[in-house]
Amino acid sequence: MISAKHLTKYYGEHLAVDDISFEITEGHVYGFLGPNGAGKSTTMNIITGCLSATEGTVLIDGHDIFEEPNEAKRVIGYLPEHPPLYMNESPAEYLKFVGEAKGLRGSRLLEQVNEVIEKTGISNVKHRRISALSKGYKQRVGIAQALLGNPKVIILDEPTVGLDPIQIIEIRELIKELGKTHTVIFSSHILSEVQTICDQIIMIANGKLVAFEELDELLKNQQKENLEDIFIELSMKKAMKEKEKEDEA
Amino acid sequence: MIAVFKHELKSYFHSLTAYIFGAFLLMFVGLGAMLYNLQAAVSNFEYVLSFGSMVFVVIVPILTMRVIAEERKQKTDQLLYSLPISTTEVVIGKYLALLIVYLIPLVVIGFYPLIFSQFGEVYLPTSYGSLFAFFIMGAALIAMGIFISSLTENQGFAAGIGIAVMLFNYFSVSLAEYVSSTAFGSAAAIFVLAALLGWIIYHLTKNETLSYGIALLIMACTTVTVFVDSSKLEGILPNLMKQLSLFDRFDVFVNGVFDLTAIIYFLSFAAFFLLLAVQSLEKRRYN
Repeated sequence: MISAKHLTKYYGEHLAVDDISFEITEGHVYGFLGPNGAGKSTTMNIITGCLSATEGTVLIDGHDIFEEPNEAKRVIGYLPEHPPLYMNESPAEYLKFVGEAKGLRGSRLLEQVNEVIEKTGISNVKHRRISALSKGYKQRVGIAQALLGNPKVIILDEPTVGLDPIQIIEIRELIKELGKTHTVIFSSHILSEVQTICDQIIMIANGKLVAFEELDELLKNQQKENLEDIFIELSMKKAMKEKEKEDEA
Repeated sequence: MIAVFKHELKSYFHSLTAYIFGAFLLMFVGLGAMLYNLQAAVSNFEYVLSFGSMVFVVIVPILTMRVIAEERKQKTDQLLYSLPISTTEVVIGKYLALLIVYLIPLVVIGFYPLIFSQFGEVYLPTSYGSLFAFFIMGAALIAMGIFISSLTENQGFAAGIGIAVMLFNYFSVSLAEYVSSTAFGSAAAIFVLAALLGWIIYHLTKNETLSYGIALLIMACTTVTVFVDSSKLEGILPNLMKQLSLFDRFDVFVNGVFDLTAIIYFLSFAAFFLLLAVQSLEKRRYN
């Protein structure tokens, strides 16, 4: 479905993503893990065509994101870290615009807008101004936007950050629901969350891929009870190695 | 593109921007019509447009300040990047929406010469020729406003820069008489302009070699010219300022000449700045 090869991204001198390759297959929920500043958002922005890569290629359903961006983007629904909402519109107006931009017209547009409004549970606020909505609802509008056009892959960048515990549970349920019908990739640094929702783990630290396997396999191979220990060990290991390298130099 | 166009147009009428822009333009042109056509009893409507063009300096930057800057600030540009539409479509969609907002008060103004012609002799070809040029010139200024808005995420900054640039453009012909026309003065001005150009290129491409290269090349050529034949440089700066002025070219229409080269100049001016705006948006993807 998504095949990323040798992705590398420099911000000026700073190396944010360092030669990452992975293959996303259909029908799984992927948890994208890594400490803050590890390059999660950068990687997601590259996959979704919001950012160019310094090196490497991304194929989405056979379309190169840099060569055929429009075809590739139709396969993906993306919720960036900050939900990109027009604050002085209502969710209904906003979703209509996004639907149109994704090429939906007429009755199909209305149908799909209503469908995603139902799915994300925002029908009771659909005519209020987005700026007046709570953070949880804003996040739902953002997810609704990603679902429009019925893309095969849904990519969510830290969808539960800044929400209260009840909202977090609701969004998690929503992601689980989506996982039944879509391939979902979502990033988070709440590890218990990833453990309950995902069946596949992508873990990066300092811009490098440190783990990419099934959750059960990962737990078994690393001989650990939970993801937390693995996460700490793998990201620490990386940091230690870097330090050694520096010391040698 | 149609989605962006409809969305933008709706947002202008949602907020006060379109109304304020229209109200100011109508008020200013109305004031001009009262002063020239009614009080002074002059039958030339084009003089009113010449007077009215002054208001562009303020209202165009106010109209265009938020067009891209606000997207950046609200992070909605991320949405535009992730949608299956190109940045060219985004910029053109936004531009067309602005043109519609601008066209509405112009349609109202379009009735004025007809009304005046009921009460006296109005030479309609120059009136409508000038009105057409007025539209095209405004369209060129709006394109520049879009580009300026794409440089920053601060609306106020975009408006400020826009007003400064357009004010300079408005007065550049009168200023041209005061600037030095000596070879040395021109050379100095070209140095400053080359540095400025280099900075803009650097801002758009983040390519140091290219921006330094172009700036230094221009400076080197100028230096060589100074030593070889400095008389060639005389008067370059005032000439350049006259050439670049949009408002000066508009005055040709007011004097009753339908100047096709000016129309082409306005159109290429608009296309150039739209292209720069697209580049400026694209660049955000590459930094």
